[in-house]
Amino acid sequence: MKKLASTLPNMILSLGLITISAGAALGGMYMLTKDKIAAQETEQRLTAIRQVAPPFTNDPVADSEKVEVGGLPFVVYPAFENGRFNGAAVEGVTMSGFSGEIVVMCGFDAEGDVVDYRVLRHAETPGLGSKMEEWFRDPAGARSVIGKNPAVTNFTVRKDGGDIDGITAATYSSRAFLEALRNAYEAYREIASANGLKLSGAGASGSDATSGASKQQVGSSDKSGSGDGRHERGRKNRQERGLHKERKGAEQ
Amino acid sequence: MKKYWKIFYNGILPSNPVFVLLLGMCATLGTTSSAMNGLMMGLATTAVLMCSNPAISLLKNLIPDKVRIPAYIVIIASFVTILQLAVSAWMPGLNATLGIFIPLIVVNCIILGRAEAFAGKNGVFASFLDGLGCGLGFLFALTLLGAVREFFGTGRLFGLAIYPEDYGMLLFVLAPGAFIALGYLIALISAITRKKS
Amino acid sequence: MSMQLIVTGAPHIHSRSDVSKLMWNVVIAMLPALGVALWTFGMPALKVIGISLAACLLTEWLIARFLLHKPFTLFNGSAVITGLLLAFNLPSILPWWMVVIGAVVAIGIGKMSFGGLGCNIWNPALVGRVFLLLSFPAAMTTWPVDVPSGVDAVTGATYLSQLKHEGAAALQSGTDYLGMAVGHMNGSLGEVGSIAILVGLVWLLATRTITWHIPVSVLGGAALMSWALGGSPLIDLLSGGLMLGAVFMATDYVTSPMTHSGQLIFGVMIGVITIIIRRFGAYPEGVSFAILLMNSFVPLINRYTRPQIFGAREAARAAKGGAR
Repeated sequence: MKKLASTLPNMILSLGLITISAGAALGGMYMLTKDKIAAQETEQRLTAIRQVAPPFTNDPVADSEKVEVGGLPFVVYPAFENGRFNGAAVEGVTMSGFSGEIVVMCGFDAEGDVVDYRVLRHAETPGLGSKMEEWFRDPAGARSVIGKNPAVTNFTVRKDGGDIDGITAATYSSRAFLEALRNAYEAYREIASANGLKLSGAGASGSDATSGASKQQVGSSDKSGSGDGRHERGRKNRQERGLHKERKGAEQ
Repeated sequence: MKKYWKIFYNGILPSNPVFVLLLGMCATLGTTSSAMNGLMMGLATTAVLMCSNPAISLLKNLIPDKVRIPAYIVIIASFVTILQLAVSAWMPGLNATLGIFIPLIVVNCIILGRAEAFAGKNGVFASFLDGLGCGLGFLFALTLLGAVREFFGTGRLFGLAIYPEDYGMLLFVLAPGAFIALGYLIALISAITRKKS
Repeated sequence: MSMQLIVTGAPHIHSRSDVSKLMWNVVIAMLPALGVALWTFGMPALKVIGISLAACLLTEWLIARFLLHKPFTLFNGSAVITGLLLAFNLPSILPWWMVVIGAVVAIGIGKMSFGGLGCNIWNPALVGRVFLLLSFPAAMTTWPVDVPSGVDAVTGATYLSQLKHEGAAALQSGTDYLGMAVGHMNGSLGEVGSIAILVGLVWLLATRTITWHIPVSVLGGAALMSWALGGSPLIDLLSGGLMLGAVFMATDYVTSPMTHSGQLIFGVMIGVITIIIRRFGAYPEGVSFAILLMNSFVPLINRYTRPQIFGAREAARAAKGGAR
């Protein structure tokens, strides 16, 4: 059969037929996969939640609550085991990362201890900030946040007077990550108390004077929002430096 | 029979889309951070080629010359969208790793290139073989590049740790390393094929 | 009949003795910085320098002998310089095998892949250094802990890394300017001795190995940009690899423009880009990237700063008038 001539009616007919057939085929495929795709998305979220949260028998996505901490949206996925509040997974976000947004899914149990975490999204420097995906689970030194409670342990980098070892040469990323975790804890507290569980605020207890000063900052930075976090940190640094200097002078 | 073998083999080495024709570079460089990713991307592209080439060949007489490009693109895009819907529904892990590169298969020059250069002028079975050959050539190239990048960058091969990751040269996992590795692979393959002939 | 003089890029053909003489002058100019490196960092510095030299020479010999089938002795001087410069860009505590990889990349990818001496587009030592920086970011930004940063007596960090990671506010306290200039600060081997590098610059200028255009324009451009962005030009000049880059890396014949006007443009842009990367970029140090970026532009700069052939304008005017 010879090829159709490029006359206007031919072209319109040909293209029209092709596009209509394509449209029909795509429409059919869409109908076929629509439900499966929607199910996949919830399944993905559920997988992330399952990895970090304490055991549950409910549907955390259906029971999820939105909480705003520091002007950023946090989602708490509560975990109920046979009606008893067991903890929750919190999807937290921070914009203070070295390259901007970091999204973390963190699971807390009924005592407020961190069960596990997953970094869902980030754009940190590969090989440096990107290490946060495993670093804060590493039992070496004071890196791991697993099993620690933000109300007891200071979830700030050591450099700022906290109790967690930040990633070497990736202080900004470490700070942002821990900030996300602290704020996630605050969001969790709110939902936990709504479910009858009383938990103390992040950095509520303390031991020495140094951490005392920075803990005050932590508390206020949570209230004033992560937007001001940077300023607070700057002030903290100078305070720390002042103390360092004094100590050095004393040695000499 | 020999003619058919030649058509098929052409896309694998003599006119390998990546190493010889240098087509589809975006997909090549973007999806080869590991051997498995490269393999999956190659399979996806081959799947599209195996459908689009015969389809275009079947319809080649019904498509007037002046509108062949829009027609080809609609056909290719339809197959890619069907593939994307299928992957989203039944292979979510693949969807996460390849992400936006699946819909980008539409603008992969290889597909349109083969449609224009071969399928629009040849029989259905020959077009199918050509599509399959080019697809497998692409698959081979991507898997090889992915393997090289994964091995030098992370110490793994197809996920299997060969040497500790700390000794891996991170650059190869990033974009610049992709370009460097690709450049040297092209040089290597050129040297080999030149020695043969 | 018009005489067409086709001018090619550097290097022009020298007799072997001239190339060696130039190379050795550069090596001599690097000796003061070498001394400071050894004084500040001690034995580890010697190790890095030694491995870098050995690896560069070995790589060049292997490639020249087995891949390119070219005579080796002609390349001797430049491989030594690349080896030294690469070492100058590395921290003293870098693992030996990383130094080797850097050397292989610098010579193999940075120089030989393009055809050997005179054919490369980018400074080979910097290619090696940036490759290492991107491949092993943690190791390449880890400094010895017993050396101060030059600011605030903090050890184990450099001024620039503090600036990038702690923020400008953290550095308000005392800067040891003289210390930074003399070498009492942290950084890669060749960065720390600013005065030593300037001594080397004087030697290079005195022996007519280089002209003042590139070093002055790089440092000037950087100082200007630093002042414009509200920083301290003096600290910016003294810290990081800016001095080293201005005197030894940007002035490489093969990868810098041919004409003086081209060199001035080249240098100023390097200085400006360095400061921009230091302030706004993801990495604390910007000189390496700035120089590599501007290396890419050298062919373009060469094209647009071609020296006027004597009488060309008159001839062009005459031709135009004649045509009408």
